[in-house]
Amino acid sequence: MDLKEKLISSFWAFENHQNEDAYLHKIRTEAIKSFEDKGFPTKKEEAWKYTSLNSILKNDYSVFPKQENTIEYNDVKKYFIHDIDTYKIVFIDGKYASHLSQTTHDGMDICLMSSALSKPKYRILVENYFNKIAKNDSLTSLNTAFSSEGAYIHIPKNKMVAKPIQILHFSTGNESAIMLQPRNLIVVDENSHVQIIERHQSLTDNGVLTNSVTEVFINKRAIVDYYKVQNDSLNASLIDNSYINQKQESICSVHTFSFGGKLTRNNLNFFQQGERINSTLKGVTIIGDKQHVDHNTLVHHKEPNCESHQDYKGVFGENSTGVFNGKIIVDKEAQKTNAFQSNKNILISDKATINTKPQLEIFADDVKCSHGCTIGQLDESALFYLRSRGIPEKEAKALLMYAFSNNVLSSVKIPEIKQRINKIIANKLGVNIGFDL
Amino acid sequence: MLKIKNLHASVEDKSILKGINLEIKPGEVHAIMGPNGSGKSTLASVIAGKEDYEVTDGDIFFEGQDINELAAEERAHKGIFLSFQYPVEIPGVSVTNFMKTAINETRKAKGLEDMPAKDMLKLIREKAELLEIDRKFLSRSLNEGFSGGEKKRNEIFQMAMLEPKLAILDETDSGLDIDALRIVANGVNKLKSKDNAVLVITHYQRLLDYIVPDFVHVLYKGRIVKSGTKELAHELEEKGYDWIKEEVNA
Repeated sequence: MDLKEKLISSFWAFENHQNEDAYLHKIRTEAIKSFEDKGFPTKKEEAWKYTSLNSILKNDYSVFPKQENTIEYNDVKKYFIHDIDTYKIVFIDGKYASHLSQTTHDGMDICLMSSALSKPKYRILVENYFNKIAKNDSLTSLNTAFSSEGAYIHIPKNKMVAKPIQILHFSTGNESAIMLQPRNLIVVDENSHVQIIERHQSLTDNGVLTNSVTEVFINKRAIVDYYKVQNDSLNASLIDNSYINQKQESICSVHTFSFGGKLTRNNLNFFQQGERINSTLKGVTIIGDKQHVDHNTLVHHKEPNCESHQDYKGVFGENSTGVFNGKIIVDKEAQKTNAFQSNKNILISDKATINTKPQLEIFADDVKCSHGCTIGQLDESALFYLRSRGIPEKEAKALLMYAFSNNVLSSVKIPEIKQRINKIIANKLGVNIGFDL
Repeated sequence: MLKIKNLHASVEDKSILKGINLEIKPGEVHAIMGPNGSGKSTLASVIAGKEDYEVTDGDIFFEGQDINELAAEERAHKGIFLSFQYPVEIPGVSVTNFMKTAINETRKAKGLEDMPAKDMLKLIREKAELLEIDRKFLSRSLNEGFSGGEKKRNEIFQMAMLEPKLAILDETDSGLDIDALRIVANGVNKLKSKDNAVLVITHYQRLLDYIVPDFVHVLYKGRIVKSGTKELAHELEEKGYDWIKEEVNA
């Protein structure tokens, strides 16, 4: 039985165990049918031309892992941003880990998707927001069909959430391979501000495939800063499907730091529904080995006077491969749009590959749109300059790669994240440079 | 301190240096002059260890050690400094962080601990003052958007920070107005001592009014064709290089 068949038959077993809930049952069954029709994406599809899932679909994944919360905080502390106070929503093998979490219902809801889907008091929000902007492509549909757990965050209006929220998914490797399908719903009401950090971490070398879906609704003048830290083990793969819906004058930034994992695909979609919206998409990718990272972005400008800024930097070593596919759509109504896109890459190995493709579909006539992509090597003259000042070759290369990605880091608003990312970069490059990288 | 014997070097199979002999002792200032394309910058880069150049014959000794096989950073650790003709712009690395890294990596190579942050700041402040460098300048990205004069001042600032035994100034006067030239030369002169040495590479004589050489060498077609004292520089300024070319070609 291949993975597709296994998932479909598991679905019916799973669905029969759910409470009688006609509303969700309908959504889930429609979703599994959509997945059944489409199947896993193949390289024949334009959006998957450079990313093949074949190698990761071969594993015999356990779809409903057993619950064994054997992890203690000290074992995993290093994966948390622990030097500042934060809310935490933590999952182990897909199941909520209350002993590692810090949630709240005090004036806002920072809690679990399973509660939101089952408790009557959340029903109106669920009906208004759940599965409203997620596409019905095969992988999102698959997640929707299995959606039962994840983070549920609702920030009512006029609220500055003082502490960042960490969403962490650990996999223990108790089974030889597992498939996880977390589903997050985040609703931020007018004038509120929230910061979110998301990380998926495998604790062993056993196979993990995470197919995650996150829907974020940002109402008028609200601000959301989202940080995705992807530094997983070499047998862990992540497909991150994120859908962000912005209302007028809202500001949203998503920073994606991709340093690890076997295969990482980021489907990051922004829909601008209102005027004077600001969307920022930034990413730093530094990979080696046979790793693969694919950034597939969409920014859909639907109304006038909005902005979007995309800045993705990539450093590719050894046999690694990268993809950047950035689509900007500017509707006819969306006059005075400012849309910028930049994708710069450095190949530090002859065997590394990057495929980069900007796609602009502009139907308005009074807009400013620019895009640029570059692929190059480390600048030899800069390297000699640094070395002539006594900085050894390895450190000099690290410094140049750090400098290359620095402007992506400069917009990170939580200093502890910046420090953490700097440390990961330094570790990744195997250096300990004389200043706080 | 520096002893170059019969040095031949080429880049991409094109022979550029064709038998250089040069000896520089502690406390001395040497100037190398010569027309464009004579190999001046190549000589500077070869001494500093640029890998694009292949030494095909001859030796370079620094303090008695053959340094030909040493990497650029190892030569820097021994006290060789090259002030670049065209300093490279490195966006994303501030002047301060660059200097901290350079100093601490050099200390590491010598088995020393990192310089305490307080001492580092004091040193940076002191040396910035010497080169009349504004503090804001130090937090800017290395050489990015710097004017020609700022770049050269920044080079000498780095020299002041690293306190090399041998400083090679490659066309440091090019692109400088007279005020910047004075500041740069003043900086170099203040750093001069009986224990270190300076090799000035220049096309024109004007820098040598400020940094007065003990010896002047004329490089032409990859060889030192004439050596003398500072009067030779004046003679070249007056008469140009044609008479040298004629002498050599004759």
